[in-house]
Amino acid sequence: MNVLLMAIATMFLGGLAALGARRPRMATRLGSGGVILGSLIGLVPAIRVLASGSAEAVSYAWSVPYGSFAVGMDPLSAFFLLPVLGISALAALYGTEYLTPYYGKYSVRGHWFFYSLLVASMSMVLVARNAVLFLVAWELMSVASFFLVTFEHHKESVRDAGWTYLVATHVGAAFLLAFFVLLGNEVGSFDFDRICAFGVPTSAGVLFLLSVVGFGAKAGFLPLHVWLPEAHPAAPSHVSALMSGVMIKTGIYGILRALTFLGPPSPWWGYLLVAIGLTSGIMGVLFALAQHDLKRLLAYHSVENIGIIALGLGVGVIGVGIGSPALIVLGFCGGLLHVLNHAIFKSLLFLGAGSVFHAAGTREIDLLGGLMKRMPWTGVTFLIGAAAICGLPPLNGFVSEFLIYLGAFRGGAVNDAAVVGTLSAVIAGLALIGGLAAACFAKAFGIIFLGEPRSDLSRTHEVGWAMRLPMGVLAAGCVLIGLLAPLALRLMSPVVAQLAPLARNVVRAELMTAAQPLAVVARGACGLLAMIGAFALLRLRLLARRTIGEGVTWDCGYAQPSPRMQYTASSFAQPLTDFFRIFLWTERRISRPSGLFPRSAALHTSTPDTYREKLYAPVFRGVVWGLSRLRWLQHGRVQLYMLYIAVALMALIVWKLGGMP
Amino acid sequence: MNTAGYVSWFLALLLSPLLLGIINRTKAFFAGRRGAPLVQAYFDCWKLLQKGAVYSRTTTWVFVCGPVAGLAAVSAAAGLVPLGGIGAPVSFAGDLILFAYLLGLMRFLTVVAALDTGSSFEGMGASREVFFSALAEPALLLGLAVLARETKSLSLSGMIFALTGEVWTRSGIILLLLAVALFIVLLAENARIPVDDPNTHLELTMIHEVMVLDHSGPDFAFILYGAALKLWVLSALLVGVVVPVRTGNPWLDGAAVLVGIMAVAVLVGIVESCMARLRLVRVPQLLVGAGAFSTLALMLALR
Repeated sequence: MNVLLMAIATMFLGGLAALGARRPRMATRLGSGGVILGSLIGLVPAIRVLASGSAEAVSYAWSVPYGSFAVGMDPLSAFFLLPVLGISALAALYGTEYLTPYYGKYSVRGHWFFYSLLVASMSMVLVARNAVLFLVAWELMSVASFFLVTFEHHKESVRDAGWTYLVATHVGAAFLLAFFVLLGNEVGSFDFDRICAFGVPTSAGVLFLLSVVGFGAKAGFLPLHVWLPEAHPAAPSHVSALMSGVMIKTGIYGILRALTFLGPPSPWWGYLLVAIGLTSGIMGVLFALAQHDLKRLLAYHSVENIGIIALGLGVGVIGVGIGSPALIVLGFCGGLLHVLNHAIFKSLLFLGAGSVFHAAGTREIDLLGGLMKRMPWTGVTFLIGAAAICGLPPLNGFVSEFLIYLGAFRGGAVNDAAVVGTLSAVIAGLALIGGLAAACFAKAFGIIFLGEPRSDLSRTHEVGWAMRLPMGVLAAGCVLIGLLAPLALRLMSPVVAQLAPLARNVVRAELMTAAQPLAVVARGACGLLAMIGAFALLRLRLLARRTIGEGVTWDCGYAQPSPRMQYTASSFAQPLTDFFRIFLWTERRISRPSGLFPRSAALHTSTPDTYREKLYAPVFRGVVWGLSRLRWLQHGRVQLYMLYIAVALMALIVWKLGGMP
Repeated sequence: MNTAGYVSWFLALLLSPLLLGIINRTKAFFAGRRGAPLVQAYFDCWKLLQKGAVYSRTTTWVFVCGPVAGLAAVSAAAGLVPLGGIGAPVSFAGDLILFAYLLGLMRFLTVVAALDTGSSFEGMGASREVFFSALAEPALLLGLAVLARETKSLSLSGMIFALTGEVWTRSGIILLLLAVALFIVLLAENARIPVDDPNTHLELTMIHEVMVLDHSGPDFAFILYGAALKLWVLSALLVGVVVPVRTGNPWLDGAAVLVGIMAVAVLVGIVESCMARLRLVRVPQLLVGAGAFSTLALMLALR
């Protein structure tokens, strides 16, 4: 445990040193070095806890009221620490190169300070064992990420995005405060050990709802997701990778931790999680399809994948409700594994998007094209990430979705219409999400990396090793988890055992049952790769010593094809966005061709977030209106302000004295 | 692993191009023509394998990867589908998910390869392909979920082996609804009328064919063969549901299924002869209809 605290301290000290550094290059070295070193140190105890399945804890006295500096690491914390530390280190390495164009323009020193503060506070959130300490770390995490999002603060859009994020995260934090105060009041302590030992709180349902809203705002559950598509594109790409790949998972961690506090779950908790998962998943991927900005598109995919995770957890909770070990293990295991998988492929994709932006100077999908030839490394790793996020075999995304599917199929044999109906909705929903995600990533990858450039990209070139290496490592992770899935499951048995009300040997037995099909899948994946190799060899043999011609793309007899005639991201997605227009409300601005010899015509589409426009904007306008009614209180006359203070103090004294016997 | 099951896999690999011939013969019969030989698809593949190839300067290795890896994916999927009593070489709990996703992998690769050419026609085909398949996927998996519930099995081989005549008498209406849904999915996934016209030469109206316009030589042979194999595996799945011949003798059961698969090819030919292609805006309705059939089957199964 002390090793982890040392790791956190290393990161924080590195950040402080970066803040004090004189030159941006030095700040980058100190800041990223601190994070990378700290992460490597921190991974050691996390892996040890996961491997042994035991828990460690220490507690120090702390002068904060109700607080104690209690930290501990159990398998659940350790499991979440793996992606947090691993991705942080890789993203920090990536950032060293990504940030060079910003030297001198923006504060790199501040960036690295807040970056290390974010990583340190995320680790602290995962190991905090006291509500006050947890909330302090939670707030530090939010504030640090706010400053990371607003790195390019000269741009108005970035300041806007930061503002949206700050509001959303604090609305969430308010619910968390209520959650912990209610829970702590009932238990009489804010220490997690005491809360866990307390048993079932009387208002467990209300507490669960509070935790879903509070943690869900961070995780990005619909309709609390509105900050994601704003904040992720605004932040520098390695920060987007860290926030989208890892930070939103602290929300999932929070919900799981809350589940351990609240005793046996009611059945409706599971149904609620499934409902949240379905809406987040389907709406997330639909909004993603309609986007033209690559990083915005990826941000919406985080909403989608958080939905898939919620589906897995929902299946697990339903399993607890009907007492089915298979469902519990498959659901929780699938959801948790998807947490890890999403961290890997989403960070990979965000880093890839950052490389494209770094090299081509734009994130607008419709301006790109043909980058595979100019950036082969980024192209290949992006393709692997894209296939993985679509859940295609033999990559890691398939494994976790497979477990959730299998849980839903297993539960189909139960004699309870509500359960079977819900689980069938999970199956159909996952299938629809998978199909739409494949459409979306065929679009993103195909339009950006394939075809001909749609604008002048002649100076675009592959990025340097510090950016390529993290992408390569993450892509390798996608392949390895896909092929070694049964081993990954074994690692997860203590985590699932902690969440499920089952004996450890039952969990292990169920996991073994679940690992059997995965072992076949893994062998099948090797077979698939072998077949691909065989067919590729066959093709080479056939084509050897034959004429291989080269020409322009066959455009059905048209003699002068130009890159502008290619399909664009908007036209590719148009049938789908039209079909689902009742959810999307895509806006179109058309200037039609007119006259006998029309010169120009144009079509612009944009899909703003319906929830932001239709749900939150009116609410916040109302708040502004209400508050502006109180403007007369604030007029700038200092003597009147003094009067307010005096009156308030008098009132307090009278109230306090009046209460005395 | 099931060694006897390799028979069904080899039969699929061997006989699938025959289905294209049967469909074309049926269509020729309805049109009053004599039609090409039944084994025409074998000739086509053989001839294409002998040829050189032409590649567009726009394309990259992704373009070559499409047919090669796509064929590998569908061959792997064929290894999961049983032939009635002759089980599949590989079967395990949840293999139906792998089956659906292997077909998804093949589709993804075809679509990306199409986008690699930078051709507007191929982009159009790719866009439609992902649209329709996204709607067909829930119908397929929901249908399989109902099947899993009815037969209390989680593998394709187990499910189809358990579908005896007794199950048909018990819950015939559910299976019938399922069969309709599966047939619509089969037509859509294999780019058949009324969803797509495999024979037209007007690029604007095609989906699958337009995506492979630029492929030539051995690559195109792989595509042709892969398409035939995909038709075979989905037909075998459908026939497994609708032909409940379970005598206990695997060879007899297998033969019944083989006859059934040929019958499906004839049925596809009849549909193609009697129907026009639907307008593109109507296709989603058809696919949502397939989803509705699956859902209805589920609701009946829940009674």
